[in-house]
Amino acid sequence: MPNLKDLKTRIDSVKSTRKITKAMQMVAAAKLRRAQEAAEAGRPYADRMNAVMANLAGASAGSDSAPKLLAGSGDDQVHMLVVATAERGLCGGFNSSIAKLARAKAEELKAAGKTVKILTVGKKGREQLQRDLGDLMVDHVDLSEVKKIGYTNASDIASDIVARFNAGEFDVATIFYNKFQSVMSQIPTALQLIPASFEAEEGTEAPLYEYEPGEEEILADLLPRALSTQVFTALLENGASEQGARMSAMDNATRNAGDMIDKLTIEYNRSRQAAITNELIEIISGAEAL
Amino acid sequence: MATIQFDLVSPERKLASVAASEIQIPGADGDFTAMAEHAPMLTTLRPGLLSVKADNDVTEYIVTGGFVEVSGTNASVLAETALPKGEVTSDVVDGLIADATAAAEAASAQDKDAANKRLADTKALLELI
Repeated sequence: MPNLKDLKTRIDSVKSTRKITKAMQMVAAAKLRRAQEAAEAGRPYADRMNAVMANLAGASAGSDSAPKLLAGSGDDQVHMLVVATAERGLCGGFNSSIAKLARAKAEELKAAGKTVKILTVGKKGREQLQRDLGDLMVDHVDLSEVKKIGYTNASDIASDIVARFNAGEFDVATIFYNKFQSVMSQIPTALQLIPASFEAEEGTEAPLYEYEPGEEEILADLLPRALSTQVFTALLENGASEQGARMSAMDNATRNAGDMIDKLTIEYNRSRQAAITNELIEIISGAEAL
Repeated sequence: MATIQFDLVSPERKLASVAASEIQIPGADGDFTAMAEHAPMLTTLRPGLLSVKADNDVTEYIVTGGFVEVSGTNASVLAETALPKGEVTSDVVDGLIADATAAAEAASAQDKDAANKRLADTKALLELI
């Protein structure tokens, strides 16, 4: 039988854990709202950009003069995996699910005889991939000092990727992030950045535009921006997903702590009752012996 | 009078969405004004002043790079940075000039002209504010 004092300390410690998880859950809920608003606010730009790019890319696809960012380098030997995760843990399976997807992809590529390079964004993904894929990592982007992810963060990452591509460091780039579905579910997603792919919305027939300057100049000018936009969208989705995942993880933790407290309290009460009964028995048998 | 739906969006938020009667846009190949029934066109932006006229109110924005999509019924400006003119101080422009200067210095021979043009356009912003 565990002694009463130990049980009491245990209950108190679980109670304070519950307070912390509860607070974290509420903070995550507040941050989630803000992150969702940011993702929402970025959507019109991203949608428009995508629609225009799909239109432009469709027109220039197949032509010899198509920019390299769109057409690719004509090879697919070296793959760059951009793994975007959170800077902080305690958010359920959020980081692991991205790392898992990225690891599976890396293994698959390695098995196919391709060279894999990894660029990590966010500390947690780096930690998880360090052990088995650490030697493939080429760089790491630290966003832990960034309070609110802005477009400049994304465009810095994107221009770094483009610079590496132009330097011939890799042929294909893919970004891994979690797409926000709901608080309960985030979908780990792989999006190919280079060669760029744009999906037009179904049933939107674009009018015949007049281009100024030429179509190709516009395409060349917009491609890096479109890439930044894709990275930005991914980071925003990731931000909302992280908070959503943390919120549900902390909600679970709070509930588990509650269950634990109930169980321990019952045990505590039983032990106390047993101790009292024991004492009574001792008193009564003592009295009877007299 | 016929109006044209005007949207100004930056990557981070939607800045404006109004029915405008005319919009002056600093296009890469020169300024132009979009009104209702404008022929569909797509052009890139140069740093400059974008002014929107709706119900006789004129709103002005300072924009840097980006692009504009105009069709008969709407004009969407997707600007990398867009600030209401009132919020722009010479400090902000100095920052933009510094960025453009750095880009011009770093540009390869092939992109030199474009980068220098951007720098000149950015410097011209100082006179607008």
